Amino acid sequence: MHVDYQSLRFEYRRSPDQSAAQMAHHPVVVVGAGPVGLATAIDLAQSGQRVLLLDDDRCLSHGSRAICFAKRTLEIFDRLGCGDRMVEKGITWKLGRVFHRDEPVYSFDLLPEGGHRRPAFINLQQYYVEGFLLDRARSLPEIEIRWDNRVSGIVQSAGKVELTVETPEGEYRLLADYVVAADGARSPIRKALGLESKGRSFRDRFLIADVRMKADFPAERWFWFDPPFHPNQSVLLHSQPDGVWRIDFQLGWDADPVAERAPERVIPRVRALLGQEAEFELEWVSVYTFSCLRMERFRHGRVIFAGDAAHGVSPFGARGANGGIQDAENIAWKLALVLRGEAPDSLLDSYDMERAAAADENILNSTRSTDFITPKNEASRAFRDATLDLAKDCAFARRLVNSGRLSMPSTYRDSPLNTPDADTFSGAVVPGAPALDAPLMVDGASDWLLRRLGGGFTLLHFAEEAPVPPDTVPPIRVVTVTSAEDAEGIAARRYDTQPGTTYLIRPDQHVCARWRRFDPDAVRVALDRATGRG
Amino acid sequence: MMLNTEPNIAAPDDFYEALLAIHQDLTPEQSRAVDARLILLLCNHIGDLDVLRQAMARAREGIEPAGRDAIIAIQA
Ligand SMILES: Cc1cc2nc3c(=O)[nH]c(=O)nc-3n(C[C@H](O)[C@H](O)[C@H](O)COP(=O)(O)OP(=O)(O)OC[C@H]3O[C@@H](n4cnc5c(N)ncnc54)[C@H](O)[C@@H]3O)c2cc1C
Repeated sequence: MHVDYQSLRFEYRRSPDQSAAQMAHHPVVVVGAGPVGLATAIDLAQSGQRVLLLDDDRCLSHGSRAICFAKRTLEIFDRLGCGDRMVEKGITWKLGRVFHRDEPVYSFDLLPEGGHRRPAFINLQQYYVEGFLLDRARSLPEIEIRWDNRVSGIVQSAGKVELTVETPEGEYRLLADYVVAADGARSPIRKALGLESKGRSFRDRFLIADVRMKADFPAERWFWFDPPFHPNQSVLLHSQPDGVWRIDFQLGWDADPVAERAPERVIPRVRALLGQEAEFELEWVSVYTFSCLRMERFRHGRVIFAGDAAHGVSPFGARGANGGIQDAENIAWKLALVLRGEAPDSLLDSYDMERAAAADENILNSTRSTDFITPKNEASRAFRDATLDLAKDCAFARRLVNSGRLSMPSTYRDSPLNTPDADTFSGAVVPGAPALDAPLMVDGASDWLLRRLGGGFTLLHFAEEAPVPPDTVPPIRVVTVTSAEDAEGIAARRYDTQPGTTYLIRPDQHVCARWRRFDPDAVRVALDRATGRG
Repeated sequence: MMLNTEPNIAAPDDFYEALLAIHQDLTPEQSRAVDARLILLLCNHIGDLDVLRQAMARAREGIEPAGRDAIIAIQA
């Protein structure tokens, strides 16, 4: 059944909290039902945590927003129970091509190796992503969503947060142990607490047009510098489901953001790219200026900022929503443990450490891309043009061409939750890294390593027999992978295994410790450390 | 490795002449393009980022910024 998620309207319903004699109390309130708030709520609910989700609106995102969702995000969506729908609807791609004028100069393959369940990227309109997350959220009884509930005030005191919420029927107040502020780039909560997000804005404007048409471009990311159809500026083309194409036209700083949105200005630009006879409809047009910025700290007492509320990037690496979804899964398991009394409140500080480092990485990458695309002084422009010119016949220069370094998950190398290696390992799955997928054969059927990991703390044990896990709080599951199951030996290679090799994996599927053999005492110590008790 | 600032070019006058020759009759803008290409080619040839950073620092020495980048500090 086709659902037009863009036009869905949700009902405002009066909650008993609004007429309660005493302020209602909720263990955790998530503010904002964007991709980050929805993912946080689902993740919390999946670990059994009751959660209240407030949104100031009655609809999902509309217009030209995120489209590129990265492999790691899809793996997270798998764990959240909605990965299949995303991948079925989305357009799978992994190749990027860069053109200078009308010549190809560089192409990159974002996932050259096989043996992964999920592709490098899918393109899917943000309203579908939110719609599929919402459908999943609505199937979980632990989540209550209140539409048209706008948080207008916030006060922290005596181990509680007091929220003022405005509704069509007036305002009410409620108490929360913790608040996750996923209320977007303008974050009213950030402002209400007198906090700010700081960084820089680029002096450039981009026309983002979503165009409905039949076209035979391949499912690849195409980026032009100075193409004949849009001289001196850049253009980016992406394919989306439902026959929609995303075209970004760089306009320069002097462009008039209002006039440029007019169809009579947009249509000729699109025709210049597609040909004069092209038939298409404009689905949505916006003009954006991009910035890179972040809050100094993402945790303020019992209020935790996630997604665009905490940090913002220019979109050339598709790092906004992808980074935000990783915030969500980082905070969710930690909050769930703290609320269950299985970890100290200080575990939440590791969210700030890990995700601030990730935000810096995302900002660094997207700033570098924007500096290449939008030169900020004459020298930047001269080097950019020189790089593009040399790229024609000098391989080294192709590696310098930067039209966007696409979202990769962060490795929490310096996290205090990691147990440093005592044994010798090679390979990419170091403590702090997200677990890598690998194909498995289980009872004659094909399966995937990440699917078997699931959530919760897990011991990934490579051996012919399962060990007895230590009795711990929180409990640890054991996933044993035999050499027969790892028929192609891909897991063995990716995890550099020997018989007995054991990885301790966090609920967000990041590795926090690994050993050459299973030792229950070492596991216990590592678990304490990973839950902030070490 | 340390940046080598000792004489390293066998025929310094020949080198200098060649360097000026590639700029002959160029506008400042064309010269800038040539220099930019040359710098990129040489940096790649050297390859060692440590050495390159030392060279960049030496090149920048004593020059106080008198211009302004086209970026805007923001607070939200
Ligand atoms: C043109 C463009 C292209 C992009 N492309 C990509 C891409 O390809 N890949 C990618 O990963 N990212 C991309 N992004 C970035 C991506 O859209 C954002 O990073 C993402 O939407 C952030 O999600 P969020 O949940 O943090 O915030 P939002 O999506 O902004 O959600 C915030 C929610 O909070 C609600 N809210 C606000 N205030 C209140 C309040 N007071 N009370 C209650 N609720 C409130 C809002 O209604 C909204 O539902 C792109 C962005 C743009 C503009």
